[in-house]
Order: sequence, then C-alpha cells, then structure tokens
Amino acid sequence: MEVIGRSVIRKEAADKVTGRAKYTDDFESVQMLSGKMVISPYGHAKIVNIDTANAWKVPGVRAIIAGKRYPLTGETIRDRPPIAVDKVRYHGEPVALVVADTPAQAKTAADLINVQYELLPVVNSPTEAFQEGAPLVHERLGEYKKEADSYPVPGTNIATHTKIRKGQMEKGWAESETVVEASFSFAPSDHAAMETRCATAEIFPDGKIIIMTASQAPFMAKRLIADYFGEDMGKIIVHTPLVGGAYGGKAAVQLEVLAYLASKEVGGRPVKIFNTREEDILTSPCHIGLDATVKLGADRNGMIKAAEIRFWWDGGAYSDKAIDVSRSGAVDCTGPYNIENVWCDSYCMYTNHPYASPFRGYSHSELSFVIERTMDILAQKLNIDPLELRYINAIKPGDTTPTRVKLTRSNVGDLRKCIEKVRELIKWDEGAIKEVNERIIRVKGVSCSWKTSTIDANAPSGAILTFNRDGSINLMSGVIEIGTGTKTILAQILAEKLKMDVDRIHVRMEVDTQTTPEHWKTVASRGTYMAGRAVLQAADDVIRQLKEVASCVLRAPEEDLVVADSRVFLRDDPSIGLDFKDIVYGYQYPNGNSIGGQIIGTGKFILRHITHLDPETGEGKPGPEWAPAAYGVEIEFDKRDYTYRLIKACTVLDIGKVMNEKAALGQVMGAMSMGLAFAGRETFYFDELGRVLNPQLRTYRPLRYGENPEYLVGFVETPHLDSPYGARGGGEHGLMGMPGALGNALSLAAGVPLNCLPLIPEFIWRAKKTFK
Amino acid sequence: MPLQTITLHINGENRPTTVRASDTLLYALRGRLGLTGSKPGCLNGDCGACTVNVDGWPMKSCLMLAVEAVGKKVTTIEGLHDSPIQQAFVKEFAFQCGYCTPGFIMNCHSLLEQHPDADDQTIKEWLESNICRCTSYIEIEKAVKAVMRGE
Ligand code: FES
Ligand code: FES
Repeated sequence: MEVIGRSVIRKEAADKVTGRAKYTDDFESVQMLSGKMVISPYGHAKIVNIDTANAWKVPGVRAIIAGKRYPLTGETIRDRPPIAVDKVRYHGEPVALVVADTPAQAKTAADLINVQYELLPVVNSPTEAFQEGAPLVHERLGEYKKEADSYPVPGTNIATHTKIRKGQMEKGWAESETVVEASFSFAPSDHAAMETRCATAEIFPDGKIIIMTASQAPFMAKRLIADYFGEDMGKIIVHTPLVGGAYGGKAAVQLEVLAYLASKEVGGRPVKIFNTREEDILTSPCHIGLDATVKLGADRNGMIKAAEIRFWWDGGAYSDKAIDVSRSGAVDCTGPYNIENVWCDSYCMYTNHPYASPFRGYSHSELSFVIERTMDILAQKLNIDPLELRYINAIKPGDTTPTRVKLTRSNVGDLRKCIEKVRELIKWDEGAIKEVNERIIRVKGVSCSWKTSTIDANAPSGAILTFNRDGSINLMSGVIEIGTGTKTILAQILAEKLKMDVDRIHVRMEVDTQTTPEHWKTVASRGTYMAGRAVLQAADDVIRQLKEVASCVLRAPEEDLVVADSRVFLRDDPSIGLDFKDIVYGYQYPNGNSIGGQIIGTGKFILRHITHLDPETGEGKPGPEWAPAAYGVEIEFDKRDYTYRLIKACTVLDIGKVMNEKAALGQVMGAMSMGLAFAGRETFYFDELGRVLNPQLRTYRPLRYGENPEYLVGFVETPHLDSPYGARGGGEHGLMGMPGALGNALSLAAGVPLNCLPLIPEFIWRAKKTFK
Repeated sequence: MPLQTITLHINGENRPTTVRASDTLLYALRGRLGLTGSKPGCLNGDCGACTVNVDGWPMKSCLMLAVEAVGKKVTTIEGLHDSPIQQAFVKEFAFQCGYCTPGFIMNCHSLLEQHPDADDQTIKEWLESNICRCTSYIEIEKAVKAVMRGE
C-alpha cells in the first residue's frame, strides 16, 4: 500500500496553523444580531414570574422571548421546552432569550430580566431519583411523544430501562465459587471542547432557513427542526465549518433551535448565539454521570460464570441522547469478557442535573471503570494476577456478546494480543508495586475495554466525487472535521484506490446539508468505516466511467484497462493511454466531436444486519464490529498525603489497520489525556440546590501541559473485513480504559478499593479513613 | 457607552478602529478588525486560546482592553508567516481540531524568542497557561523542541 498508513499531512493543516481556519463564531456580518440567554440559577424551581420591563429599555434590544410555549423538543422523548416554561429542571436551563444589536446590549438586557422562582425539592443523583417517592422531574412523562424504542415509566424518574437477559443466572451462580460485588458512583462532568458551542440562524422570505452551527450532527439538526416545528425540510440548510473539538458534546441539537426561534422573533434577521464557557458547561449538554453495582462470579480457575450489573445513568433533566447512551452501556455491559450468564438493568434516570449528551466512548469509559475495578477486586479475591484474569476471560471469536451476537475474528479482533503487548510495554512482569523511598511508591494498574457503535440501524453515509479540468478530484462527504482528521483519511482511501497522488485530491472541509451527501452524524468513530465505504463505491463508479470513455477512444475492451497515476491505460502497454484531464469533462476528437461528458462519481453506504434490541432480553445486533483494547497506567504515589503523579499511560488497541500513523497516535494519546483527566480530576461539584459549583476552566481543570504522563501506544491489526482496508474505529478507545487502569493502580497503592471518580487525593484520604 | 477611535499597531500595520472603552483586545481583533485567528475559549484568562504577542510577550487578549494596546506592537497569529514553529506544528501533528492552535503557537513563538534554550521547567511554566483538549501535549512538546534544535 502506498498511501494508507502514511502520516499524510492533514489537508487543513496550513489553515489551522495560520489562524485562517474558520469556525462558526468566526463568521460575522454587519446585520447579524446577538442572542443572549438568561439561565436558571437553580436545579429545580417553579417559575413564578418573569419581568422583562427593564430589559426592554436597553437600546438595541429587538426581541425578548420568555414564558412562550413552543413544541417540546428532544431526540428520543419530546420532553424539553426549548426555553423553560412553568418550571426549571436544571442549573443553567434557558429561561429567557434576548436578541439585540450587539453582544454587549444583549448581555446588559439579559442581566436586567428579573425572574422570580419558588424552589422545588431537588433530585440530586440517579440513586435518589430511583427511590420510591422521589420528587418527579417530569410529572407528565406519560404524555410525551417518543420514539418506539424508549421505555419511560410514568410516575417515576425512569426515562428508559434496557434489559439484558442472557443465559441462566442460577446456573452461573451455582458454578461460581467466588463472588464479588461492588458499587460505584461518579457525577456528571463536561466535554470542555475549546470551541464553545455556537449557532446562527437566518430565515428568508421564501421560507429558507439557513443555520450555521458548531455541530457533529448538522443533518440531524435539519431533520429535528423540520420535525419539531413543522418546517419544510428541504428549506432548511445547515452549514458546519470546521469544529473546534466535540467529543460527543456537539452531537446534540440545542443552540440551533434557539437561534432559529430567535431569528423568527425578529422577522428572519440573522441571529447568533454563542455560548460563554459557563453556559457551555451548564446550559449545553454534559458528560453523563453514573451510579452502578456489579456482581461477578467465577469458578476456581478464574473463569467468570455470571455477571449481574445495574446501571443508573444520570441523564439529567432531559433525556435527549442519554437514552441511547444508557442502551449502549447495556449492550456491552460485561466489558470484553466471555460471560455466558448475564443480567443487566440499565436505567436512564431523570435528575435535576444538566442533561447529558454522548461523551467520547459513548458510555464505554463509564462502564469500563465499573467493570474493570470489579475485575481487580475479583482477581484479588481469587489471588490471580489481574492481567492474567483478563487474559483467560478475554472475549474471542466463537463467543457471544451480552446481546448474543456471535463473534468472529473480523468483528471482534484480538484482545489477547492487545493484553500481551500491554504486558510488555508496561513491563508488567517486573511487578505492580515498586518502592522508591519510604514515602513514594511506583504502582501499575491495568484494564481492558471494547466497544461497538450503537448508531441507528439505518444510518446512511454518502460521497460525491467531481473532477477539475486538470484531472484532480474534489471529494465531498458529510463527515464533519471535528479534529480527528477523518477527511484526510478519506482522501487517502481514495488515493489508494485510484492509485493516485493524494495531493491531487481536494477535500471539501465544510459541510452543508443541501449539497453535501448526508453522513448521519460524525460520531462513534464511524467516519472511516461508513464514509470510507461510500468513497470506495464512488471510486468504483468513477473508474467505471473513466474506462467506458477510454475504451471507446483507445478501441480496447474495458477489461484491458488500468487506472493509476491519474491516467487510464492499457494493461500491457502503459504508454498507450489517456490522462484524466483529457477525459473527465468528455473526450474531444480532433474534428471537434465529443463523447462522455463530465464524470461525477457517487457512492453510498448503510450498515448491514443491524437490528433493534428485544425489549425483554436485549437480544439483537447493535453494531457492526467491536474493537478491543488493553491498557496500563503507572503512577508515583505519596503514601503520606495521597497525592500522585502520572508516570506512564499505555494503550494497545486492535485498530484493524493504521490508516495514518501520526493521526492514529494523536487520536489515541489525546483520548488518553482526556480519560486521565476524567478519571483523576474532572467532575461537577453540586450543592444541595443542584447547582454546579465549578463551571469555569479554573475550577474545572482538564490536563495542562506538563501534567501529562509519558504515553505508550501499541497497535494490533486484525482486519475488520467489511471496513476499508480493515480499519476499526480508533478515536475513542484511548480514553475508555484510563479510569479503570488509574483506579486500579491507586486502589493498589492506597490499599483501599476506590470506586468513585474523580480520584483526587482528598477522596483517597476519605476512603482510607472510612475503610479502617 | 461612547465609542472612540484608536489606532492599533497590528502585524506591522496601523489599524484605526472604533471601540468602546470596555472592549477587550480580543473583541476588537475579532469583531472590528476581522482577525479571527485569536479564539475565544473562556474570556477570562483560563484557556489561552486568545493569546497574542504584545511587545514581544505573550498576552491573553481577552484580559487586555483594546485601548490598553494603543502604542504597543501587537502580533497575532495572522502576523506569523511560515515561521519555524508553524512548520513544526504541521510536521508533528501538534493540533487536531485546531482551535487552541493559534494561541498555542503565539505562546510557543514568544517562548522561543525570549528563551531559545528553555529547559523543560521553563517550557512547562510558559505552556501550562494554554489548554489543548485534543492532543496529548507530547506533540506540542516535540514541535517546540524541534525548533529549538533548529530543525
Ligand atoms: S479566551 Fe482568553 S484565556 Fe480563554
Ligand atoms: S487541537 Fe483541539 S484543543 Fe488543541
């Protein structure tokens, strides 16, 4: 292979290092108005009165929206008023929206809106939400419109319940000599993409609605706005330029709706809504929290016989994407281990917390933490090496998943190889604990993970190829460039297929829903697979058309022709052929006659054999393949004050095929950085009123330069046969195992089970105190 | 609030512009002068995405008023052309989404000018004022060190 695997420089590199790359907020026009939200200061409260009189006096104010009833929104259950009415359900919820000429005027006016609240009892955790008699976040849950595959329970805070019932539990427990059980908990946190969310909307006299948004899901924004408000879908055009980090957080549709409503309120004039950091953390969807219990049973050899798992996801005030996240957690609930008897109840709970959107790994970093901690507890009880316990139970071809999908080498990869490689890279055999001095010890922890993508069974992707007259190609795909470099990889896939110079392939970075073929959503590490397949099909289409014209001109059968180096030529004599540039806009004979015409290639892809899950047993095929991974983390732990330093973090991932080496390394290492921050420090701190106390980057702290460990990355390449060149998804895995591995290292170091996140020294100190 | 016209010296050019007294330099650069390379990430000094160079030193442009920049030499990311640190960022894949990149590059650029032989501690002190949520920082470290070695 020539281009696949090479660290091809990203297509948008020059724009990004010169400040010329444009993101949503960079687009401004003189007539653009500014929207500013007024947000709820409480977690749960009745709205008694909203006084806008003073706000209207501010010069430049064009509209104020408050107390207005719009159709309810929400992707799975329609439970969310775009702007709160009657009551607020989370700290940060939009209560009013001001539109003014400038951001400063809008802010001044927003600050003058006086909202009177009456406090309501707060549901402050999913466990609280699950208690009988808990205050209800949604009193009218039974009346909401919903999708067929969600199962809310009216009269409770359960937004949906996913059940996995596989095998026979009694048999599993009977075969288990050793049983362990543990409970886990962590609060919601944030994606903290450096670009805060932003959306603009403008409505034209002919009904055209032009939206621009920092989103992973412009096609979904179009669909939902049409659905929610009865707009003509073809008149909604959503533009997405480059996106400044997303990690799942920009897969939800929210500000687009507000911008649309604001524009409507001012006669269609363009309005921009730009989140401040505080709004981005509070108001826009966050990273889901979780309470869980896990019970595992194993025989005397350490073979796991039964797993009983309960998840209470903190979906927050509105269910939006949390329902899917909670389902995705159920389908892979056991982690990458072969267990025949599985019982899982996964509840998506309503609470008075900011609501959740997907987070890199889509429930898998969260479930991995609880499973991997339990695995270490089990290993300890069995007195087996924790890495060995994982190795002997590792999922493999022939096994079935919790939803009973039969696994093959192609769809599950090779976890054991990943484990072996981690063993080497972190020098596991040298021992998990090493004393540095009487205060400091060096400790290692390990973990594993797997993941399939549970995207919609009928999610589409498409690609269009057009030519320039010099024979170079334009590639159009609906994949958003959110930072993963997928669009460059698509160019590599095309270059490899057409055996041409990747520099002669021009990729359109921006997406607009009118002229770019739909790619469902840029989520779930599925860009390379789905869009890649569409590109391959489009390439075949182009090859066919090229050969058709060339065959006529060269008077040779199509089967004797080869496409390479931007030419079509005879297999046995490459000197006889035609350059792309001479045929892609039709071939002209010397006398002027022309044949062929413009060559346009199209390709499409849809996943095969994905099914809905059986509501009683969970049986069904949720995704196309599972990529497994193994991890290690090494820390230096201070036994006196429980502080620690990250020394090394390691991921070995079965990526199927490395498509672009440096890009792949960057994805895995960047994900590890995020996973370590999630595990070690990131959380929302709530008070008793459900308020988030740390909605700023000085109190909510991602890793900074120099706080990072050394990163070790290894790849295993077991091809996924359906995917271009065998590639598996790889953008999320680096993150998924970090909480488990760090939790295991610290639990070993501290000598107490640490089953909550984040793993800050104060928590370790408390755990030590209560454990004694 | 009354508007006033000031002249800013930016990227080697004199740029007259109209601002309010309370407008930040970041707001003036982006909203008035169309220099959108400097990014808003937090608007209160936490993230470094808005970093520019003022008289040779890195400055978070969200923490400086536009009027304070009068008489000073301001360089934004748009004022760097094919500098070694930009090339190194490309080569080392020191960005992904690219949103933190202008700020990081301006900080690195100032660092390299002020301390061409900075040790690890100095590099850390300088660069920990910026957040990158995508990369692992290893790539950025490699880029800075490649320039120091004159690569
Ligand atoms: S925007 Fe200036 S430091 Fe974040
Ligand atoms: S490249 Fe995305 S935040 Fe740094």
